[in-house]
Amino acid sequence: MDPVLAGVLQLLALIAALALAHVPLGACMARVYSSDKHWRVEKWIYRGIGVDPDTEMRWPAYLRGVLAFSAVSVFFLYLLQRFQGHLPGSLGFKSIDPDQAFNTAASFVTNTNWQSYYGEQTMGHVVQTAGLAVQNFVSAAVGIAVAVALVRGFARSRTGELGNFWSDLVRGTVRVLLPLSVVAAIVLVACGVIQNFSGIHEVGRFMGGQQQWNGGAVASQEAIKEIGTNGGGYFNANSAHPFENPTPFTNLFEIFLLLVIPFSLTRTFGIMVGSRKQGYAILATMVTIWVGFIALMMWTEFAHHGPAPQIAGGAMEGKETRIGVGASSIFAVSTTLTSTGAVDSFHSSFTGLGGGITMLGMQLGEIAPGGTGSGLYGMLIMAVIAVFIAGLMVGRTPEYLGKKIGTREIKFAACYILITPALVLVFTAAAMALPTPAHSMTNTGAHGFSEILYAYTSAGNNNGSAFAGLNADTQWFNSTLGLAMVLGRFLPMVFVLALAGSLAEQKPVPATAGTLRTEKPLFTGLLVGAILIITGLTYFPALALGPLAEGLAS
Amino acid sequence: MNNSVTSTVRLLGAGLRALLVLTLVTGVIYPLVVTGIAQALFSDQANGSEIKADGKVVGSSLIGQSYNLPLKKGQETPEPDLRWFQGRPQNGLGSNTVNTRYKLILSGATNRSADNKDLIDWVSAAKAAVVKDNSTPGYKVNPSDVPADAVTSSGSGLDPDISPRYADIQVHRIAERNGLSVVQVQKLVDEHTDGRTLGFVGEPRVNVLALNIALKDLLAKS
Repeated sequence: MDPVLAGVLQLLALIAALALAHVPLGACMARVYSSDKHWRVEKWIYRGIGVDPDTEMRWPAYLRGVLAFSAVSVFFLYLLQRFQGHLPGSLGFKSIDPDQAFNTAASFVTNTNWQSYYGEQTMGHVVQTAGLAVQNFVSAAVGIAVAVALVRGFARSRTGELGNFWSDLVRGTVRVLLPLSVVAAIVLVACGVIQNFSGIHEVGRFMGGQQQWNGGAVASQEAIKEIGTNGGGYFNANSAHPFENPTPFTNLFEIFLLLVIPFSLTRTFGIMVGSRKQGYAILATMVTIWVGFIALMMWTEFAHHGPAPQIAGGAMEGKETRIGVGASSIFAVSTTLTSTGAVDSFHSSFTGLGGGITMLGMQLGEIAPGGTGSGLYGMLIMAVIAVFIAGLMVGRTPEYLGKKIGTREIKFAACYILITPALVLVFTAAAMALPTPAHSMTNTGAHGFSEILYAYTSAGNNNGSAFAGLNADTQWFNSTLGLAMVLGRFLPMVFVLALAGSLAEQKPVPATAGTLRTEKPLFTGLLVGAILIITGLTYFPALALGPLAEGLAS
Repeated sequence: MNNSVTSTVRLLGAGLRALLVLTLVTGVIYPLVVTGIAQALFSDQANGSEIKADGKVVGSSLIGQSYNLPLKKGQETPEPDLRWFQGRPQNGLGSNTVNTRYKLILSGATNRSADNKDLIDWVSAAKAAVVKDNSTPGYKVNPSDVPADAVTSSGSGLDPDISPRYADIQVHRIAERNGLSVVQVQKLVDEHTDGRTLGFVGEPRVNVLALNIALKDLLAKS
């Protein structure tokens, strides 16, 4: 079979699996976040925390909960790494330096999972399982909680109450992420992903002598790494490592896992606002962009322009034999259009345009389908912007889901979409203007610039993947990327929750003949256009200096 | 003022307790339960899919190895042992620079861009070497026959597989160096070629370690 055809069939199989799974999972999550009943284990947890899960919170209280929990998480994860050298089960690994410990703590708490360290040579069992993997769960749960709060803002009226943060956090973890992860982890182990605590041990080699392996709880971490759109690998090679991603099937399965919650949340949204069609319109927008990007990526990777791939006869540098060009293209697009950042092939060695597609995917704001929760709220903000633009065209006050998009609402949405571009472009410019950051580049010319643009794009949008030639373990990169991740995660959440509070206070406006029908294909087209134009205008100059210059030269 | 300090402290306390409880659930109970199930049901896979030859563990079927001659005096890069099937080039991280106590396998790619000078040199050199090493008096390898995986490094640097085309190119050399017939060796390669899963997932491949173990068995018998 032709590799291109095989790639397309894998994409179709993935679409079929996601179409089947998103219906029950979306409905299940709608029930989880709407139910009044608490599970017994959840009641124990609430008692442990010392909170009442039934107290309704207005948006400032909800935000304070998010920020307090995340601040404590950063601090705890920082200390865990700083004391690693003294903890049992650390396999002889040293304590992490302050700048790298801050970077890693910020990275995992913000659902970014940027890694300036080599996993298998830096982190022992305790930090990996009780530090990093825990944040894989809870950072994803926080993302979904904020998205659900925004959906409640649309669904509720004349209140201002958005639910209870602790309840949303705990339910997301216990009822959604944990059961999915247990099942996924066991499937992964059955296919060859390792799961042990044997630590560092020697294994014989075919030609004689020994090799040293680092065992670990990889499958349990791999499962939530994908499901929670986290992406921080146990090993440096991430999902290219055969112990994380041993077979062609596990590769497709991991792509499925990292997409399933973000896509399913559109159905949760539809159910909670009382119109599944509204969910379909959002889903259609996400799928259009996702499939379009995959088509572009497969085209450029199979065409393999560029000097080295031309000599080699294929774009196989940084790609695994068992996975191949087609499935690597699907993974690369899916990981950068979500906030995952896991990789099964190394983006730096993609063709010039292929690398540009991964960057543009993140720069869209990771909304197609985006991260767990963050994808949905990012897309809903874009929908608000799109109805506003449509309203300007006809000179009518815009509405979305029966809520007026007035001055206050559009200010919150506009602030939201300005934050990440500002972080990405200002930090990139600063790094390029200073003399030392450029010493971290592996490649020169346009691609060297791309390494730095990619790094801040990835950090500001909380993705975590990299043009990994960049040596990011310097004080400059650890500090500025850490800062970009924290600001890129929590500032947008402030505006999302403020918007949610403002919407929930409104009384619904009845739909009239002049109302823009946001469940129709016309709106999906408008939304796709708005997303591409806004991002394109923002990032085109930077992209022209990096991936476009490289891609068009070859 | 005093009130807001107290309420902030109370909120941070709740955050800390939430983190500790959820750490217990997701950072201790969850990995232990998964490990228990994994070790009970799939202990081979959970422990690294080790593969044995002559009763001794010789590696993992999932982790690629190098098949090189011992280093000669003054030599820095080892030469391939051409009696065995060779895997993909490993120009990525490969060696250990970080941990001083152990010599752990470090995974990683080269991260060189498509227009990078080093990469162009590596690929060109690898292509010339594949053509030279695999051409025998009766069999000439054409540069255009060399598949991309034979001259590029993988993402992990630990790719256990090569494409069937790369294995086929090596057949004449393996037969000549080991005194076997081409038909025998080709049969071995065909037996160790895995197609796409379900006919369309992934790419066809040959596991180099499994193939070399089978080759060793064949040599021991003949």
